[in-house]
Amino acid sequence: MSTLAIDKAGPTRKVKLGSISRDRVWALRWSYFFLTLFAVFSLVPPIYMLITSLKSSAEISAATDPWWVYHPTLENYIALLTSNQFLRFFWNSAWVAIIVVTVTMLISVPAAFALARMKFWGSATLATGVFLTYLIPDSLLFLPLFKMFAKFSDWTGIELINHWYALVLVYPTLTVPFCTWIMIGYFASIPKELDEAALIDGASWFQTLTRIFIPVALPGLIAATIFAFTVSWAQFLYPLVFTTSTDQLVLPVGIITTLVKGDVFNWGQIMTGALLGAAPPLLIYAFLMDYYIAGLTAGATKG
Amino acid sequence: MADVSLRKVVKRYDDVEAVRGIDLDIADHEFVVLVGPSGCGKSTTLRMIAGLEDITDGDITIGGDVVNDVPPKDRDIAMVFQNYALYPHMTVAENMSFGLRLKHYPKAEIKSRVAEAARMLDITDLVDRKPKQLSGGQRQRVAMGRAIVRNPKVFLFDEPLSNLDAKLRVQMRIEIKKVHQKVRTTTVYVTHDQVEAMTLADRVVVMNKGKIEQIGTPNELYHKPATRFVAGFIGSPAMNFVPCRLEDAGGKLNVRVTDRFAFPVPSARVARYQSVPRSEKLLLGIRPEHLTEANGHAAPGVESFETVLDVTEPMGMETLVYFTLEGTQVCGRVNPSAGARDGAPLRLAVDLNNMHLLNEETGAVL
Repeated sequence: MSTLAIDKAGPTRKVKLGSISRDRVWALRWSYFFLTLFAVFSLVPPIYMLITSLKSSAEISAATDPWWVYHPTLENYIALLTSNQFLRFFWNSAWVAIIVVTVTMLISVPAAFALARMKFWGSATLATGVFLTYLIPDSLLFLPLFKMFAKFSDWTGIELINHWYALVLVYPTLTVPFCTWIMIGYFASIPKELDEAALIDGASWFQTLTRIFIPVALPGLIAATIFAFTVSWAQFLYPLVFTTSTDQLVLPVGIITTLVKGDVFNWGQIMTGALLGAAPPLLIYAFLMDYYIAGLTAGATKG
Repeated sequence: MADVSLRKVVKRYDDVEAVRGIDLDIADHEFVVLVGPSGCGKSTTLRMIAGLEDITDGDITIGGDVVNDVPPKDRDIAMVFQNYALYPHMTVAENMSFGLRLKHYPKAEIKSRVAEAARMLDITDLVDRKPKQLSGGQRQRVAMGRAIVRNPKVFLFDEPLSNLDAKLRVQMRIEIKKVHQKVRTTTVYVTHDQVEAMTLADRVVVMNKGKIEQIGTPNELYHKPATRFVAGFIGSPAMNFVPCRLEDAGGKLNVRVTDRFAFPVPSARVARYQSVPRSEKLLLGIRPEHLTEANGHAAPGVESFETVLDVTEPMGMETLVYFTLEGTQVCGRVNPSAGARDGAPLRLAVDLNNMHLLNEETGAVL
């Protein structure tokens, strides 16, 4: 009886069923649409820079199609690469970045290891505190830092302001907290038994860090290194504030202060300088991209 | 090689007492298994022996030396973890030799020890591989190899087979037993699986709620459990417990289960139970294998009765039958040819020579 009743109550019209494959096709179409949009959006500026860098000043100011080079020339590149001043900026940037990356890793890796693994009183609060310091913007910090450097100079006679190495002291305030945070997340994802096994095998804490944790967390380490490098290479506000003499400037500030004279913009060289300046991070990303993504996502989900 | 002793060892986390003052003596060369349900404190006990957890109170000695405050690396122990804990960036050989390299052993000796352990565990072909290229069973072998090459005083195993599938678990169980027969190192092994405990151990330590319920050989625990917990934990399917009381019937002693069922206590057991007050609430403990199909032949201490089966589980070599007695589900093991069917009546025989009487309130076996 009951089955009969159910049969009668059944649908009289054919219900339209969904299709997994049709859904997937549409999902793909939308994905491609937005990805293309995003790619165009982010690639147009560098392409425009490249086009402009290949033009002479005359062609840039002429009323021709800005998206086409009629008389390609390398004169901007030659001018910058043979200019001692530009090379000076480049080397200053390189030195600052290398030292900052080294200092950052030397501080944040052991710090992250301690915060992630050595359970001591307040370690969890401290780990959160490390992250919170990263949230303070540099635009808030540069004045007190400037004041501190001035006081330091009054007390010790050592002048830090207007020296590139001042940046080596300042940048870690940006890089150390974030790198420590990435590394805490990465170290936390390593099973507890691994350090216990090492402990039983006779490793000290330091050996556990250097021989187990650093090799296992290498992707995270590379991600943190790239981050520290990118931050110190691209930082603009601090060098603008702390350095003024042309022999102490780093690339981002150097390009702006020397290639913009009054209201005269040397667009060709500005674009060339910016492109050349973007080359080192670009090369590093290209080679270490996979590690970078793996490292960031691990830090994001396990932190 | 060494003996291990625990004296009134306590572990307290804030206000939770995980281990409540246990005493345990493990002899040199002995294979001792700590078994119990999760949260019984067995792993904590093992980790305290390893030095991975501080002890709150009491003493632990290894080879006669008190090691309460000695760091793990100086205790001369090796541990095998449930998730293997192999170093993922090192090859099998590097994994196994890591401890020796830290202690700056000569290269030749490291090589020969690793080769020897690899041969013993049949992983010689794998020594150049990384852990991720190995199967679960192979990883577990490497973890054991890492313990063996160190030639420590004590091996500690923390549920080493729990991550393996059933078939591999049986195989590795035999493997572990073989290794112990060869190296004879004092071993403490933690598991929640009573079959593993029974098959591997020289002596089994049954733990419950942070305390030791009973220590004994597998056979002792099986045949002479001291408490209801041990009686119920050891053996699969578990022992049946049916509410009952003792009564005198014409100069004989009976176990009365229901108004309908009363079994005479076998004469060999009468003296043991004579002093138990007749009013005391008791439990009759009978293992399923002592509850079989009646074969019609009378034997001393074997009583038969008729019951209606609720459910039957054919296992191939035997059939498990379930029926209800006084509101309690009871399991018996009968021959597959006995004709047991769901809902059908069957005549069963209970072997009272293997009965246990327990105090219902305290759980103590009388």
